[in-house]
Parts: sequence; C-alpha cells; structure tokens
Amino acid sequence: MVLLVEDDPSVREGLGLALRRQGHEVRAAPTGEEGVERLRESRPDIVVLDIMLPGIDGFETCRRMRSHAEVPIIMLTARGDDFDVVAGLEAGADDYVVKPVEPRVLEARIRAVLRRTVSEPSSVERHGSLLIDRAGLQVLKNDVKVALTPTELKLLLELSRTPGRVLTRQQILEAVWEHDYLGDSRLVDACVQRLRAKIEDVPGEPGYVHTVRGFGYRFGPR
Amino acid sequence: MRSLLRGLRPRLMAAFLLLTVLGAVGAAGASYATARTLLLEDAQDSFMNPLVQNVREYAQRLTVPPSQRDLDDFAAFLRGSSVVTFEGMRSGNGPDPSFVPAEMREMLESSRTILWQRRTDMINPYVVVGIPLLRADGTPTGVEVWAVTELTATQTAINSFSTAAWVGVSLVVPLALGLALFTARGVLRPVRRLGAAARALGSGRLDTRVDVRGSDELADLARTFNAAAEQLEASQAASRRFVADVSHELRTPLTAMNAVTGVLDEDAGTLPPDTAVAARLVSAETRKLTRLVNDLMEISRFDEGRNLLELDDWDLGTAVRDTLAARGWTGSVEASLPEGVVVRVDRRRLDVIVANLVGNALKHGGVPVRVTVRPGVVEVADHGPGIPADALPHIFDRFYKADTARSRSEGSGLGLAIAWENARLHGGSIEAANAPGGGAVFRLRLPS
Repeated sequence: MVLLVEDDPSVREGLGLALRRQGHEVRAAPTGEEGVERLRESRPDIVVLDIMLPGIDGFETCRRMRSHAEVPIIMLTARGDDFDVVAGLEAGADDYVVKPVEPRVLEARIRAVLRRTVSEPSSVERHGSLLIDRAGLQVLKNDVKVALTPTELKLLLELSRTPGRVLTRQQILEAVWEHDYLGDSRLVDACVQRLRAKIEDVPGEPGYVHTVRGFGYRFGPR
Repeated sequence: MRSLLRGLRPRLMAAFLLLTVLGAVGAAGASYATARTLLLEDAQDSFMNPLVQNVREYAQRLTVPPSQRDLDDFAAFLRGSSVVTFEGMRSGNGPDPSFVPAEMREMLESSRTILWQRRTDMINPYVVVGIPLLRADGTPTGVEVWAVTELTATQTAINSFSTAAWVGVSLVVPLALGLALFTARGVLRPVRRLGAAARALGSGRLDTRVDVRGSDELADLARTFNAAAEQLEASQAASRRFVADVSHELRTPLTAMNAVTGVLDEDAGTLPPDTAVAARLVSAETRKLTRLVNDLMEISRFDEGRNLLELDDWDLGTAVRDTLAARGWTGSVEASLPEGVVVRVDRRRLDVIVANLVGNALKHGGVPVRVTVRPGVVEVADHGPGIPADALPHIFDRFYKADTARSRSEGSGLGLAIAWENARLHGGSIEAANAPGGGAVFRLRLPS
C-alpha cells in the first residue's frame, strides 16, 4: 500500500491513478499532519511525500514519520534543488524523484525500495558488538535490536557482506538503490550517516562503516 | 603603437612639455633681453660719457680750421682712445679711422648729434662712436672725433647669463615631464580600472564593480558605472527569476498531466479513432513540455549558480559507454572508447553532456556518428551537412536553431546550452566546428 502525501488535488489524483494502474493500493493525504496520522493508522509499505506542503513541510513530515516507523519514504522534490535534495535526505528520505515526475521512474523507484529487504538463508554474523541476522533480517547491537529502515538494513547487509573490501558509491547505488546509472551518490552518503548514527558507538568516530576518501566505503570493525 | 601615440599620457606629457618650454623660454628670453640691454647700455655709457665730457672741454680751445698739431693735441687730450679727423687729415695718435664704416662717416657729416653703433662684424662685439664738433650756430665744423671700444667683458657677462637661462629651462623640462607622468597616472589609473570593469561587464560578469576613490569627476564616473551595473544585474536577475518562477508554476500541473499520460497511451487503442489520436497527441506533447520545463529549470539553476559539482574519479571511456548503452545508442554510434583515461568529473553532468552531444548529432547530423575518447577529450563527429558558418558562434545559444525552416525542434532547444553550462561548471569547454571532410564535430574538453 502506498501513502501519497501531496497537497495539489490534480497531482494527487493523477499520481493516484497511475499508481493504482500499476497495481498498488493508494491512500492519499493532502497535508503533512494528515499524512503522519494516516501512517499511524494504515501502516503503508511506502510513503511518497511531496516537499512543498501547507502547514508542516515535507522535511518535517519526513522527520515525524521516521520517529514512528521505519517505512521507506520517497520524496517528491518540487525544485530539484541540491539544497532540497540534501535536506530531504538528511530528514530521512530513502530516495527522491524530481517533479514533474515520470510515472515510470516513480514506479521503478518504488519497486526498488520495496525490494530492498529480502531475507537470505544465511548464518548469523557477529562484527564487534554488532549481530547481523541475514535470515531474520534484524540487527542487534549489544543484544538490543536496532531499528533500521529497509534501506539502511540493505546498505548494512551489502557493506558487511564483504568486510574489509572497499565498495564505490556507484556499486552501492546499484546494489541498494538499483539505480542502473547516473545515481546520485548523496543518497549513499546520507544513508551512511543515518546508519552510523544507529550502529556506531561514537558516531563521530566510525568503527564499522569507514569512509575511503575519493572511493567509497568499507565495512570492518576495528 | 596606436595607443602609444594617441593615448592620454603622451598627449598630457606633450601639453605639459610645451607649456613649460614656452613659459621657461619666454621668461628666460624676456629677462635675457632686458639684462642684455641694461648691460650694454651701462658699458656704452661708462665709455661714452667721459669721452663726450672730454671732447666738450677741449672743443672750446680748438681753433677751426685746426692744424695737424691741433688734431694731435686733441687726440692726446683724449688719451689715445680716439682719433680726430678734419677733411682728410687725421691725428697722428689714436686708432686708424678705417674702422669707421663708410655709411656712419657719411651720416656724421650732416649730423648734429653723437652717432654710435654697436657692431658685431668682428670676432668680439664693439661700439663705434662718432662725435661732430659744432659751431655756436649749430653748423658742423668738419672736425670729427671717432672712438672705438670692444665689449668683450660685457658680452661674456651676457653669454653666461643666457647659459644660466638655458640650464634653468633644461632643469625644468624633466620636472615638467615628471609632473605630467604623475598627473597622467592619476587620471589613467581610474580610467584603466573603469575600462577593465566595462570589459568584464560586457563579457557578462554583471557583478563587476569598481572601487570609488576620492570625490572628483572620475569618482563620479565610477559611481555611475556601479549604479548602471547594479541596475543591469537586478534586471537580469529579475528576468531569470521570472523564468524560474514560470517553470516552477508549470511544474505542478505538468506533474498531474504527466502522471496520466501512461493511462492515455495504454487506453488509446480502445478509444474511438479521433479520440485516440487526440489522446496520443496530448500524451506526446505533455512529455515534450515536461522535457522543456525540466531543461528550463536546469538552465535557471545554472543562471542562479545553484548547481553544484560532485566530483569523483571516473574512467572516461567507461562512462561514455554507459551513457550510450543507457539510451540504446550503442548500435547506432561508432565508438572508440579506450579504457584508462581517468577524469575527475561529476558523473551525472558528464552523462548529460555526452547524451546531449550524441543526441544532437543523431538528430541533426548524418550517420555515421562517431564518438571518440582521448585523454581529457570526448569528440562527437557526424557526417551530416555540418554547421553553417553564420550559425557556428550561436550554436550553444538557448533556443538557437541553425535551420530556421524547422519551426520547432524535437528537443527543448536547450540541450546544447545545458551541455555547454555543464562543461563550464567543470572548468572545461565544448567547441563546435566543421570537419575538413564534412560534418560537424563537437569536442568536449575536461580539465586534467
């Protein structure tokens, strides 16, 4: 089920129609406040969130939604501004699409985000104080479950699959976001920041996800 | 060379020099002339006055006609500086009267006053004095006293005076030139700064301003320049803002329309024929309009400097190959894409550049389109008719169409302009040219 938060009735109706034709069940909300409420009562699989909203804006809506649930969020950026993209990703969005959006592109992004968490028949791995359960699709830190969004979880699974090996941003984009080319590497950077905030002992001194300047990221406990 | 001869600096220097030389020469000349007259008069007076006095004194005792002895006695009384003549006779002492010029001798015969002449026909200037002796009734007696004296000492004094004047002039000239240079610098510096600023403004850097120094006319000019530049910048910003606002306003309705074009396309087959045509038309044009608005927004972002580079090291050949593959052009383009050429670029923007250049070549050029990667260079060549010479300078202009017969291009008309802006954002460039063998060549150069 897709929760569409969009203030413009025509866009709401048009995108709703297109998404329904793709086989999604669609709930729509005209404001951020209503969107947060709908999220609580209906538990959607994914949220498509406009940034320019009356009342609380898309960034704030995104933050409030994040505090309730680990639901994937795709932002509709009205301007395509770098500032909007960065702010949206910092607020916790998993991906973004620039308006006027091609329905095909939005559909592809939604499918990619929904595909993000696939359980694997694999053993439980321990990396330092982190316990990664690939089959149960959960991560424990000091035996406490870490609440990760599907994207964050998939990023961690991809990075930890090959500890010590450097993955370029492009490789990560292709593996996690399924962007075939032209990926926006800021998606990776923002998601790594969020992941670090949840799994690192000291977020300022990463112990699990290391930045390899000019290349990408490497997983490995100290 | 032209500016050297016609510039403000040489003109100012020439004017200063002329004024100084005229002034100095005038002043020196005037004082020289006055001093010379005074000196000469003084010398003549000190020679003539005692002579006249002596002649007057002796004349009272002279008998006319005088004898040779009288003449000798007279000359002796005058202490040998003079010769006394009377109708062909002359005193035995005194200088030879041949020094007296003929015209002076003639004039003195009818003269009742003393005659004197300053002459320069010898090495040193000298004064010749002729004194006629008169009877009581004023008629000449025929007795004449002639005297001569050199003015060497006086001339030396005059010469040294003129030398001093010339030295003065020659000392003042470099001073004047220095002053002229200083003044010229004071004028030319701000003029040059204004010139450079005007050139910068003309080349499109509308944020150019000049420092306003002092409160003279040049400072006023600088203030006027700044005000004009500000006005220009504001009006350009306003028009760009307008384009950005219009594009932004178009976005929301376009998003709604765009969302349903897929529905129109899918269902067109089941619609009545006319309605199906209309649906497909609306759908296709909506997509074009979307592309146009997207490109307009992109250009607006360039104009407002809101586009950022996200640089990384990429293999140029691989990146170009990916771009071609992503658009399904691999089969329609001859590509020479060696690996190992690493460039530091924003991958998305490089993709935009290459896609626009190749797309343009496929659309407007002729097959085969050839894409070549060399160190720091991506070259896209087609084998079409090439670019008309008058279109070459404008090929990267927004909405420029080389072929005026084509009322509306398939693209937004902004593709090459966006490619150019992206190249510039990288610090690189795109050049358009016609190949010697025909066809257009676009060459993207990336900084190493």
